[in-house]
Amino acid sequence: MVRLEEVSLQYGNARRAGPMVLHDLSFIVPEGGFRWLRGPSGAGKTSLLRLLHLAVRPSRGRLFVFGSDTGVARRAELPALRRRIGMVFQDFRLLTHLSAFDNVALPLRLAGRPEAKVAPDVAEMLRWVGLSARMAARPAALSGGEQQRVAIARAVVGRPSLLLADEPTGNLDDAQAERLMRLLKEMNRLGATVIVATHNAALVARHPGPALRLEQGRLIDDG
Amino acid sequence: MAEPPYRRPRRSDDLGLRHALGDRMLPLLVAAMAFLAALALAGSAGAAALVRHWQEGAAAALTVQVPTPAAPAAAPAEGERLAAVLAALQSAPGVAAARALTPAELAALLRPWLGTAGSDPALPLPAVIAVHLVPAAPDPDALQDQLGRIAPGTLVESHGVWVARLARLGRSVQGCAWLVLAVVAAVAVAVVTAATRAGLAARREAIELVHGLGATDGYIARRFARRATWLALLGGVIGTLAALPVLGLLAALAAPFTGPPDLAMLPADLLVGLPALPLAAAAIGFVTAQATVRRWLRRLP
Ligand SMILES: Nc1ncnc2c1ncn2[C@@H]1O[C@H](COP(=O)(O)OP(=O)(O)OP(=O)(O)O)[C@@H](O)[C@H]1O
Ligand SMILES: [Mg+2]
Repeated sequence: MVRLEEVSLQYGNARRAGPMVLHDLSFIVPEGGFRWLRGPSGAGKTSLLRLLHLAVRPSRGRLFVFGSDTGVARRAELPALRRRIGMVFQDFRLLTHLSAFDNVALPLRLAGRPEAKVAPDVAEMLRWVGLSARMAARPAALSGGEQQRVAIARAVVGRPSLLLADEPTGNLDDAQAERLMRLLKEMNRLGATVIVATHNAALVARHPGPALRLEQGRLIDDG
Repeated sequence: MAEPPYRRPRRSDDLGLRHALGDRMLPLLVAAMAFLAALALAGSAGAAALVRHWQEGAAAALTVQVPTPAAPAAAPAEGERLAAVLAALQSAPGVAAARALTPAELAALLRPWLGTAGSDPALPLPAVIAVHLVPAAPDPDALQDQLGRIAPGTLVESHGVWVARLARLGRSVQGCAWLVLAVVAAVAVAVVTAATRAGLAARREAIELVHGLGATDGYIARRFARRATWLALLGGVIGTLAALPVLGLLAALAAPFTGPPDLAMLPADLLVGLPALPLAAAAIGFVTAQATVRRWLRRLP
């Protein structure tokens, strides 16, 4: 499902080299697996998730997602892979000119789902995250926690095979965090591979599971 | 507190291009381009029509002037000289028809230059013979020699030389018009490119997000191209319509030479070319936006 072989990531481009933020990572997360992703701030958790989301390419090493070697895949093959990945961004990344509903509907529309089949799933997903009453609101009119829940709904609505969540409880209270964990576990039970980056030690303690542990860009525990 | 009723999403604008891709500047600039293109097109069509007109009417024609002798007594009577020249012409090789102009015809020809004085019988005018040649025309110089021996002072004037010069001028005007069209098209491409780049920069975050959610390059390029096509079409229509009164004015100015202006008399290539302008603008908008967006997207993985 997800396999890394000696993967390194250096930011920057050919003209100006940036910092090396991930060093020789090798691990496997099997299909339907669950992993916490832990490590201090700046360890490289977001960078690793960006790699898995195919938003950056490895500087070295090989990255397999859904059995496809993303290093040699043609650029035109990547969108179809991305559509099978759900991502909750640490900074939400909602489109400010769209309503909560349209933000959540975006992945379905990009996948070419007919409009008649978009609304029921989007409405259900927004109900799940407790935002039925806020469907028409723009992100600017939502609280931080509400925005995060829209971001979660958008990541999950397309029933992705790989679900990546970057600090998804950062703006949620304990009750909402528990509700989110139930959602993620349900997705996992239905077959999705789930990777959750978090600082929230209490949450991890309540939901023990295998953890990938990063420190200064190196993997010190592969679960 | 009641929530506002849910409004149907504007699906076509998920990238928020409505505000990002200059909805005033782009049509305005394209309208200016279309306006210039319409004038160039009219210039080209007008020149082409004149060249055609000259070539059809005059390429195969000569005029022969038989002067009135200064001392009539010293030479055969004028009528005899004219008849002799006419006879020689009619038996000359390559001549299809030769006919002396009547004094009335001659006066009409000269009226633009001499006014009514052209019909004053006291004015000594040469007799003029209009000659039509067969397509493989003989050498006018040989004809000049032959006729000069029959009636000294006879002038053979070949229209072909003038027509060739005028036709060359006409074709040069036409070439300039095409050059203007090419430059205008190039500027239109540059304008659409700049507008698209500005739109890409303004919507960068949205594009990167949608790209991350699995949108293909084609999907994103289509969004931009659809909007650019529409705006360019709008500009093309406005510019072409704005040019119509100017073209009408030019046609009115040309009327003394071409007869009263009317639509059916407009060159056919102009009737096709003007409606094609907005379509060409739209095509430029589509192709340019597609290419610009796809090139830009290559920076994303
Ligand atoms: N686009 C970038 N260009 C250059 N350096 C970057 C870039 N993004 C992140 N970094 C650097 O890479 C390192 C890892 O960052 P990353 O965001 O992956 O950490 P993180 O583990 O997610 O931290 P946090 O827990 O605070 O979210 C940091 O030192 C950061 O400064
Ligand atoms: Mg992070």
